[in-house]
Amino acid sequence: MSSELFLRPITELATALDEKKLSSVELTQTVIARTKAVDGRVKAFNSFDESDALTQAAASDARRAAGQARGPLEGIPIGLKDVIAVTGQPLTASSKMLANFVSPYDATVTQKLKHAGAVLWGRLNCDEFAMGSSTENSAFGPTGNPWDTTRVPGGSSGGSAAALAAGEAIATLGSDTGGSIRQPAALCGVVGLKPTYGLVSRYGLIAFASSLDQIGPFARTVEDAAIVLGAIAGHDERDSTSFKTDIPNYRAELATRKGPWKLGIPKEYFGEGLDPEIATAVEQAITFYQKQGCEIKEVSLPHTRYCLDTYYVIATAEASSNLARYDGIRYGHRSKNAADAVDLYSQSRAEGFGPEVKRRIILGTYVLSSGYYDAYYLRAQKVRTLIRQDFLNAFRDVDALLTPTSPMPAFKIGEKADPLALYLCDIYTIGVNLAGLPGISVPCGLTKSGLPIGAQLIGQPFQEANLLALAHAYEQAHEWRNQHPKL
Amino acid sequence: MSTAPQLDIDLIAKLARLALTPGEKAKFAQQLGDVLHHIEQLSKVDVSGVEPTAHASPVFNVWADDIAQPGLSAEAALMNAPAQRDHMVVVPKVVE
Repeated sequence: MSSELFLRPITELATALDEKKLSSVELTQTVIARTKAVDGRVKAFNSFDESDALTQAAASDARRAAGQARGPLEGIPIGLKDVIAVTGQPLTASSKMLANFVSPYDATVTQKLKHAGAVLWGRLNCDEFAMGSSTENSAFGPTGNPWDTTRVPGGSSGGSAAALAAGEAIATLGSDTGGSIRQPAALCGVVGLKPTYGLVSRYGLIAFASSLDQIGPFARTVEDAAIVLGAIAGHDERDSTSFKTDIPNYRAELATRKGPWKLGIPKEYFGEGLDPEIATAVEQAITFYQKQGCEIKEVSLPHTRYCLDTYYVIATAEASSNLARYDGIRYGHRSKNAADAVDLYSQSRAEGFGPEVKRRIILGTYVLSSGYYDAYYLRAQKVRTLIRQDFLNAFRDVDALLTPTSPMPAFKIGEKADPLALYLCDIYTIGVNLAGLPGISVPCGLTKSGLPIGAQLIGQPFQEANLLALAHAYEQAHEWRNQHPKL
Repeated sequence: MSTAPQLDIDLIAKLARLALTPGEKAKFAQQLGDVLHHIEQLSKVDVSGVEPTAHASPVFNVWADDIAQPGLSAEAALMNAPAQRDHMVVVPKVVE
């Protein structure tokens, strides 16, 4: 095998592990060494627990030796965004509020990865409480993009994308509320999948906007993403919005679903504000599918222009409610400067939360407040219905939609100081969350200055198998997956 | 022209139980004014007869039998408490 084991996909490493050419301890040691070598520059990790990871790896090797290997994730180091609970490990949401919090229980996805034999590795940086598009809102400092560490990795799951691109994990999990998996995947040149709302349990995920949040994988290849999705998907009684549906073998389905597909190109996603190099790269992807025999059809999602506003009303409203629990009483930061019990709430929250979280709590509280609820929150929920209807109408004619993931490549850390300018990073990803659809970002090129570009495929609800097969067809015909940043 | 009402930052900060400094108040009021101005676009959409969407999952009501399930021990539930004594969270005095 290549000396750069840490850049190989799960599929290759699983074969090497099966054939006893490699042990999980060796692989985990390689990933740990790589992390120590590069994370001083990338800063993808909030923390990691080397001895815990090696203990898990040794247990995996023992299972394999006893003939009890649990499948393709057995012994594979997988990093988790620091909003996903792992028993006995820190869970900070990259916030001072939870700087010293240690999780007393596992998220459902954590349990499922453990059952699949994965080695859980590290706590990955993100925007505070997953609020942001650049990972600059972390209380612990920004993460660098491995392709150019003076630039952002995207966000909010920037640590998950950067760690994978830099070879500091073999796969990672993130969460996506308005693009927080797909946009950083695009900016870091890896695959990122946001599943259909309800496919993956949110139990043990720190809540940002509960009607939009969904956990999903980052992976080097579409096939790897299919493997991780298969491990984490499924109904869970502990998340009442999780959906009872049969989980197909996504990996096996890659080979059987061949199309030809009908692909829709939403005209609203190729307008003003789209970087010309990204437009060209995505147009080349459209041409590829056309040459494969796919029917390409221009479609319209007429309410696209309202997605951003709808999102910022609904997401902040839900956030202001979800973050009310951080009051300094039962857990989290408690102020030492409070005059009385009520002041304890206000002071603890003032000291514990960073500026973007405060801004969103204020906006969310406002849109829910007496006299404004109907004008903002209720109206946004109705516009949300129209946005969802746009997508469902388009899906009467086409199997999936193809768009850019992000309107711009990775920008410089500190470049976008205005909140509104940052919110525009998500214009192509937000509609998918509002409509509850699955979306995947696949690498589709590099800019002249060497920064990754991603194309987004959007699928019908619970049709991840089709979406993955479509993405796989593109990926296998191109070499982008074999390009890595030079660190 | 925008008809966005002025955001009363003092009232909203109080409702949100968030102590803001005068500097934060001025900055947030200006920044959120810009955001609210943008959000005013939503008033242009005809939503008559449209039902609101609370979430996009086709799940509407979930029932569970009322059976006790294993949960966290008192120690685990309190392991992150800022102050505790005898399996209780210690809080500032609220009654004189």
